[in-house]
Amino acid sequence: MSMDNKAKIGEYLSRFFPVQDLKDDDDIFQLGFVSSMFAIQLVSFVEHEFGLTIDNDDLELDNFRSVGALDAFVTRKQSAAVAS
Amino acid sequence: MTSTLTAAQAQAQKEFRAFADRHIVPHADAYHRAQRTPPQIVELLAAEGLLGLPVAPQYGGGGCDAVTLGLLAGELGRACSSLRSLLTVHTMVAHAVARWGSRELKETWLPRLARGESIGALAVSEPGAGSDAAGVVTRLTPDGDSWLLDGHKTWTTYGESADVFLVLGRSPEGPTAVLVERATAGVRTELIEDLIGIRASMTADVHFEGCRIPAGQVLARPGLGLSHVVGTALDLGRYTVGWGCTGIVDACLEASVDYAGSRETFGTPIKDHQLVRQMISGMYTDARAARLLCLEAGRLRDEGDPGALAQTSMAKYFASTAATRAAADAVQIHGANGCSSAYPVQRYLGDSRVMEIIEGSSQIHQIGLAEYAFQERSLVRRRQAAATPRSEGR
Repeated sequence: MSMDNKAKIGEYLSRFFPVQDLKDDDDIFQLGFVSSMFAIQLVSFVEHEFGLTIDNDDLELDNFRSVGALDAFVTRKQSAAVAS
Repeated sequence: MTSTLTAAQAQAQKEFRAFADRHIVPHADAYHRAQRTPPQIVELLAAEGLLGLPVAPQYGGGGCDAVTLGLLAGELGRACSSLRSLLTVHTMVAHAVARWGSRELKETWLPRLARGESIGALAVSEPGAGSDAAGVVTRLTPDGDSWLLDGHKTWTTYGESADVFLVLGRSPEGPTAVLVERATAGVRTELIEDLIGIRASMTADVHFEGCRIPAGQVLARPGLGLSHVVGTALDLGRYTVGWGCTGIVDACLEASVDYAGSRETFGTPIKDHQLVRQMISGMYTDARAARLLCLEAGRLRDEGDPGALAQTSMAKYFASTAATRAAADAVQIHGANGCSSAYPVQRYLGDSRVMEIIEGSSQIHQIGLAEYAFQERSLVRRRQAAATPRSEGR
């Protein structure tokens, strides 16, 4: 399951960055490719793709920093949604 | 055209159109000349629920979809770009609060904004920072449990009359967005007059001097004020401006068709001159194309599709450039009359020029849209490469 999410996230991010293979822990903010348009698009992608709602409490850059961080964030949100 | 709308959306459009024709169209030139929006028309928009149309019903709004909001912006834009600007800035603030405000901020502000009791405006641009919003120097200094706000904002549409400002400042953590009430000590506004367009829009300079802002008034968190809060607001702003421009094109087309059918030169109605027909054909096509792009942006927004941002940018870019083409041609068709204040086409010309500058200038969109074209192409190439097995021995 998690691998599927990772693949989806990886493919989405790879559209925006001129790198061949984005590694799990590559920091997309440090790579310097994040524009304000991209920041909102990324929020929108995660909500749309994984059926989540991201609110101001989730808006930690650490949740969005890399493929691995996004995958962990999505898994956390999805299990929280199941639990509630 | 209405075939792409649901029955409810088509009905809403009919009502918006009737409202604009009855209450705004007959007065828009007077607002333009007076360079003021009378409070009564703002109260009427609020009383009709039009200022809170997209706000969630739990906060007293109409909970409408993006397409319906666009249809309203289109009809207001056809009637008066200043009042369409009011809808734009007000809904930008409400949207930013709904998206990134704390529960307390949402509960405090959304009902007021939804009812139009408080009018919201966006204070982002500065004398030294416009399109490059990252360059703002307005300071947010932490001071105990609150912040001190100092700075000078300019080009704040409806800044002279707004009750609450969404302000982009710079805190030690980076760009930070805060909500500031007009009643806060140290807030002062100054009307900017004699603009080329949206002359009734009460656009103002806004000064903040030692304003004390409670920590709870921060949207999202310090550092994310531009990338997330203002970015979210601007995306919605582009959307309603794009629609407003379809309204300008519609208004230019209606005025030009009516005028060309009644005015005679060289013994024939000017509508029979081929070069006049060329201008009207261009306007007619632009009106449809702009509307379809805006409808597509609305559909993607309603589906929560991340591609909505690019589509919105494209719709705004196309519609605003179409509006300047249409307004220039409408004035041309009207001849000297078009240069006078006796016909509204003169107003459309100034308004459309402003539309190519606000919410991302045409050049900003041209740069951004090219980037999407490169991204789309590189994705296609990547997928093709992944699907093609590599030959072993080359």
